[in-house]
Amino acid sequence: MTLRTPQWKLLVLYGLLILFAIGFIYPFFIQIATSFKSNPAATEDPLSLIPNPLDLDAWRRIFGLEGGSAVPIPLWTLNSFFVASVVTVLRVFLDSLAGYALSRLKFRGRGFMFATVLAVMSVPGVALLLPRFLIVNYLGIYDTYTAMILPLIVDAAGVFIMKQFFDSIPISIEEAARIDGASVFRTFWSVVLPMAKPALITLTILSFQGSWNEFTHFLVVTQDVEKRTLVTGLASLASGELSAGTQYPLKLGAALITTIPVAILFFIFQRHFTSGANEGGVKG
Amino acid sequence: MSTATTPRRGRKAPGRGGTRGGETTAGWLFTAPMLVILGIFLFIPVVMAFYVSLTSWNGNGSPFTGGENAKFVGVDNYTSLFAEDGLRRQNFMQSIGNNFWFVFFVVPLQTALSFFLAIIVNNKFLKGKGFFRTAFYFPSVTSSIAISVVFIFLFANSGAVNAVLGKLGVDGPAWFSDSRGLFHIAAGGVGVDTAPGFAQAEVFGRSLWDWFSGPSVAMCVVIILVIWTTTGTFMLMFLAALQDVPVEVEEAAMLDGTTGWQKMRHVTVPILKPAFFLVTTLGLIGTWQIFDQIYVMGKGAPANTTLTPAFLSYKQAFTTLDYGTGAAISFVVFALIIALTSGQRWLLRDRDVPSRRKARAASIAASNTQTGARK
Repeated sequence: MTLRTPQWKLLVLYGLLILFAIGFIYPFFIQIATSFKSNPAATEDPLSLIPNPLDLDAWRRIFGLEGGSAVPIPLWTLNSFFVASVVTVLRVFLDSLAGYALSRLKFRGRGFMFATVLAVMSVPGVALLLPRFLIVNYLGIYDTYTAMILPLIVDAAGVFIMKQFFDSIPISIEEAARIDGASVFRTFWSVVLPMAKPALITLTILSFQGSWNEFTHFLVVTQDVEKRTLVTGLASLASGELSAGTQYPLKLGAALITTIPVAILFFIFQRHFTSGANEGGVKG
Repeated sequence: MSTATTPRRGRKAPGRGGTRGGETTAGWLFTAPMLVILGIFLFIPVVMAFYVSLTSWNGNGSPFTGGENAKFVGVDNYTSLFAEDGLRRQNFMQSIGNNFWFVFFVVPLQTALSFFLAIIVNNKFLKGKGFFRTAFYFPSVTSSIAISVVFIFLFANSGAVNAVLGKLGVDGPAWFSDSRGLFHIAAGGVGVDTAPGFAQAEVFGRSLWDWFSGPSVAMCVVIILVIWTTTGTFMLMFLAALQDVPVEVEEAAMLDGTTGWQKMRHVTVPILKPAFFLVTTLGLIGTWQIFDQIYVMGKGAPANTTLTPAFLSYKQAFTTLDYGTGAAISFVVFALIIALTSGQRWLLRDRDVPSRRKARAASIAASNTQTGARK
């Protein structure tokens, strides 16, 4: 028997999907188009997708060719890349180490440690805002890159993802290596990690996306305009702190620059994003 | 997908032979960085913040040495939020009310919309699924701040939304400066402009009329924004759960001659129950923490109607320089979220669902994540 959906129903479904897809995508097109408009043109016809006349003023300021240092977007971009890269490299390594130990190594306190990881994962991020400020202040590292990076280099969700992955691969290859006399670390580094490539890619992407998009942590541990990332810089720009007024093309262009790196990653590694959403990369 | 509660795969009995020697040392060395970082940047700070919530620290000097800047005040900061008439309680209670209406609209709507989209995208005979999945999911991966900036433009007085409304002959509101509550507007529509007598009764220093204002027009923009950005993620979770619906069950339902609607009600929805719990739990956790969007879209304005507890905690500490109350608010939010998730887990435990799913869903609720069923 056939369970085919009738043709007219499919048409209705397509219609609905296309309607929703427009709702989800159109704002991004408006954003792109508006960043190429002049300030008055932006609000004159906010729906038009073809800038007429084309105005590159916002982009000249974004690339630092005009407008001076009040809105140093190139510097913020560098900060974003620097912080997100360092956090990602360290986090992937340290999360894998811990995840491997929790999955494979027998030692006292392991069960307790895993329970702690689960507990930490359920701490709402917003409850850490003030605590993070207090400790960073106490350690005398307020307003430094150290304060931005160090608290983010381990995350419980990443440890959890890696542990789950190691649980799912067979142990026999490692045991062979261990019998051949390789140390625990050597086995981990040259036998296990190469097998863990899919999980490592997922974790790399989630870590980069997470630290690139990070807002509250950087907000409470830094102050200096020069320490801002694209996200915190954009937030100060948008909330009128830098007396940017209603310069929509500039703000939307800056928002676009903030979106592009993650968007590129998303389109290349979409599969990893979606599996991440189902494994531990819940945005929040 | 194994968790602490399920047997672990791929492991042999431990403790045999020399290869297992030295694992204790290695185990501690491998986990040391994690322990140090979590200890210094999570456990200790939370304890510090709890102490600060018992002081009147004003940001000067150290909060831990006492003195004029950081007097120990016991639970005064907490009582000022609940029991004392004053600005602190007024702001706090308003933020709770605002956030309640935010949750009240966002959680059901995002759950329904993501379920609805998942069902459509899951249709076997539909082509181009990948495209639609991507389109719906993309907003979820972008920066909340960047998206908020886009929405500020869309909902500006002369922005895209009002331009569309204008074409339909509707005069769009001044979204970000309109502090009128939705239910007050509705009441005004039937001629009730001020609080009727019974609604003047006060609960926690706010009149019932104010408690039942509904979200302000400005808050509605945040509601729309959050639904728009989270739907994609939740749709993927429903899609993943839909893959678990056994084909035989669907075919049996078809052979029994059930209509699409009956199948939905009696087959699909019951099987997806764990997914519904997951999505609503994550929804509750997320919506009670709303911060980024509030920060960018007006910092509580207009008339404090977009003020949320999470944002008030920040504002009270870093703007009002009343760190003690700020910390106290964050612990109240913390307790509220833990209570909500425990409540959800408790409900989950009483459900008649297959144990594998149950274990999975429970571990998910515990860990605020979903563990993939397929690997």
